Amino acid sequence: MAKMGTFEYAPAPESRSVVDLQPSYGLFVDGEFVDAAGTSFKTINPATEEVLAEVGEADAADVERAVAAARRAHTRVWSRMSGAERGKYLFRIARIMQERARELAVLETLDNGKPIKESRDVDVPTAAAFFFYYAGWADKLDHAGFGPSPRSLGVAAQVIPWNFPLLMLAWKIAPALACGNTVVLKPAETTPLTALLFAEICQQADLPPGVVNIVTGAGPTGRALVEHPGVDKIAFTGSTAVGRGIAQQVAGSRKKVTLELGGKAANIVFSDAPLDQAVEGIVNGIFFNQGQVCCAGSRLLVQEDVATELVERLERRLMTLRLGDPMDKNTDVGAINSRAQLDRITELAAAGDAEGAVRWSAPCELPSKGFWFPPTVFTGVSNTHRIAREEIFGPVLSVLTFRTPDEAIAKANNTPYGLSAGIWTEKGSRILWAADKLRAGVVWANTFNRFDPTSPFGGYKESGYGREGGRHGLASYLHSEGDDL
Amino acid sequence: MTPPATRAPARAEVRKTYKLYIGGKFPRTESGRSYEVTDSRGRFWANASQGSRKDARDAVVAARGAFSGWAGATAYNRGQVLYRVAELMEGRRAQFVDEVSRGEGITRPQAERVVSTAIDRWVWYAGWTDKVAQVAGNANPVAGPYFNLSAPEPTGVVAVLAPQDSSLLGLVSVLAAPLVMGNAVVLVSSRDRPLPAVTLSEVLATSDVPGGVVNVITGDAAEVAPWLASHSDVNAIDLAGAADLDWAALEARSAGTLKRVLRPRDGEVDWAATPSGPARILFFTETKTVWHPKGR
Repeated sequence: MAKMGTFEYAPAPESRSVVDLQPSYGLFVDGEFVDAAGTSFKTINPATEEVLAEVGEADAADVERAVAAARRAHTRVWSRMSGAERGKYLFRIARIMQERARELAVLETLDNGKPIKESRDVDVPTAAAFFFYYAGWADKLDHAGFGPSPRSLGVAAQVIPWNFPLLMLAWKIAPALACGNTVVLKPAETTPLTALLFAEICQQADLPPGVVNIVTGAGPTGRALVEHPGVDKIAFTGSTAVGRGIAQQVAGSRKKVTLELGGKAANIVFSDAPLDQAVEGIVNGIFFNQGQVCCAGSRLLVQEDVATELVERLERRLMTLRLGDPMDKNTDVGAINSRAQLDRITELAAAGDAEGAVRWSAPCELPSKGFWFPPTVFTGVSNTHRIAREEIFGPVLSVLTFRTPDEAIAKANNTPYGLSAGIWTEKGSRILWAADKLRAGVVWANTFNRFDPTSPFGGYKESGYGREGGRHGLASYLHSEGDDL
Repeated sequence: MTPPATRAPARAEVRKTYKLYIGGKFPRTESGRSYEVTDSRGRFWANASQGSRKDARDAVVAARGAFSGWAGATAYNRGQVLYRVAELMEGRRAQFVDEVSRGEGITRPQAERVVSTAIDRWVWYAGWTDKVAQVAGNANPVAGPYFNLSAPEPTGVVAVLAPQDSSLLGLVSVLAAPLVMGNAVVLVSSRDRPLPAVTLSEVLATSDVPGGVVNVITGDAAEVAPWLASHSDVNAIDLAGAADLDWAALEARSAGTLKRVLRPRDGEVDWAATPSGPARILFFTETKTVWHPKGR
């Protein structure tokens, strides 16, 4: 265990014995685990590079079977079932996820590299909460405000990223099922394991076969799923580049699409902000989940007169973060999810150096195996730098300064993205003013990176469209009057 | 009685030059082109400006410039401004009736009904400005000590391809909806029936709608729309008037900047029907969610 602080901690590793890893996994289609017709790939622990399991790679024929199963289940069972009955299955799933929370958390951390305290305290409980929340909507859709007699869309194709594997699954599957749709979900290539454990949970819940289908694989599997003419709805979370491709591909069809894409959020600190709280918020904003968060507060905008002091306090705080074994309960910063992602972070950080920004990294020893990047802060960044414009998706913070509130807003909005933003000030009227002016779907004031099943999440501009979570999230999975304009 | 063709009328009427409406002004098209507009029987009626790519780009600049002011106006104010459009249209009723009847080939009583419905449509939308956030927004009971509110905001600059057939009622229906919450609009008129759009521009210019909030380009959507679909400062596009064009290609072009795309409906649209709800308004909005901790 590498340490960055002055205090020694005894190792406090979570036991992995709670997880029963199989050497290989198939796809989950029509209620059963089946071998993929295509090849297979390995999923590894990014903290150690140890191979965890072989996973089937679904090809077009596998996707075909999964979509057909979902269609059958929609037509014959799920769309005919009363909302109250559908809801009970979702409640059941929520409860089983809570019962198996520890297993899910350990598996998530092994496959993703995130600290166990995050998978245990955030990912898994919030995922269960999403099922619990949407379960209750299933028999109340007539009262959700989307016009009379809203109905399901049919089969939803869902493609999710590797940064919050189980949580993103919950964001996608829970509202889809509550509204009466059936799903074919493709987890990310590097993090398929909790989705496959979720399939087992569906079996334990006696969810009717075909309502949830999981096809593992990489880009080609996702493409086959999204392009399949038999799907009615596409929900994608991932990069803006892939999102553009999907928007292009569905052009001219009647498929409904939700896209939750990249971001380059501004976290604005005014000089009257409570600086210690702001430091905690900045750390949470960019180093939570190793910064591999689409809504990460990756651009810190500080009012000029407090910039020096704030950066000093921030760097002092970062020296107390503990980077290392994600399974250790004291670990704050885990592993980067993959070599490819580490390479991208490394390349963009090098661009920061090359363009003249000043790099500071927390002085910590990186483990010799696995994929690691230390918490890093760039100062002297200008709006034109790549590290101020491109999504890094890693633990790298770019610090810019401003003088007036108007300048802060102009800089914050000077990006094609519009997913989230942060405001730190003690002045209430300024919070509300700034919240109005920021062109972003989620605005956190005097807090950051808060998520809740009741609260809609999604972007403006090139951060995508549609909302997930809350009452608004239902609209993404219902056919309502808005679809007949 | 029609006088013999060889004899001039006692007084030559003063005819209007039909121009574009961009940034609150009435420029001729930058391209210098015009095209013949005929009445429903194919007789020459007027020359209209044939808007170009450059006109569309100028209109987007004007719309972007006007957006924050219009979006930042109070909902009550926007409601009054849109209501005033209805008031002014009522004053120009005869002209609209004449243009709709002549252009769409319907009787005057039918055209009267169309104009009345178009005016009432403004009133209907005007009344929504200060209610949309109440029916489409809500507090979120999050599991923690946080104030959490979601409310709709305007998407930004919206390109609107007005319906080709319903030259006034369809036009008003697709134009008023995005204006309600504070979007700024670049509208491409019906190609063959552009005159009501020009007359409506004159109404807007003398109403209290700030210059640049509505920009009207007459001409061929097939020519102008691709540039609006790919323009990086346009946030959304309504393809209502592209039902008979290659709208799939327009949607594909819009994907480059992830525009919100309102696809045209299959089959004929009954613009006379009062909308069943605020869905068209909401299509051009974004939900913003704001969090703040609670504490002593």
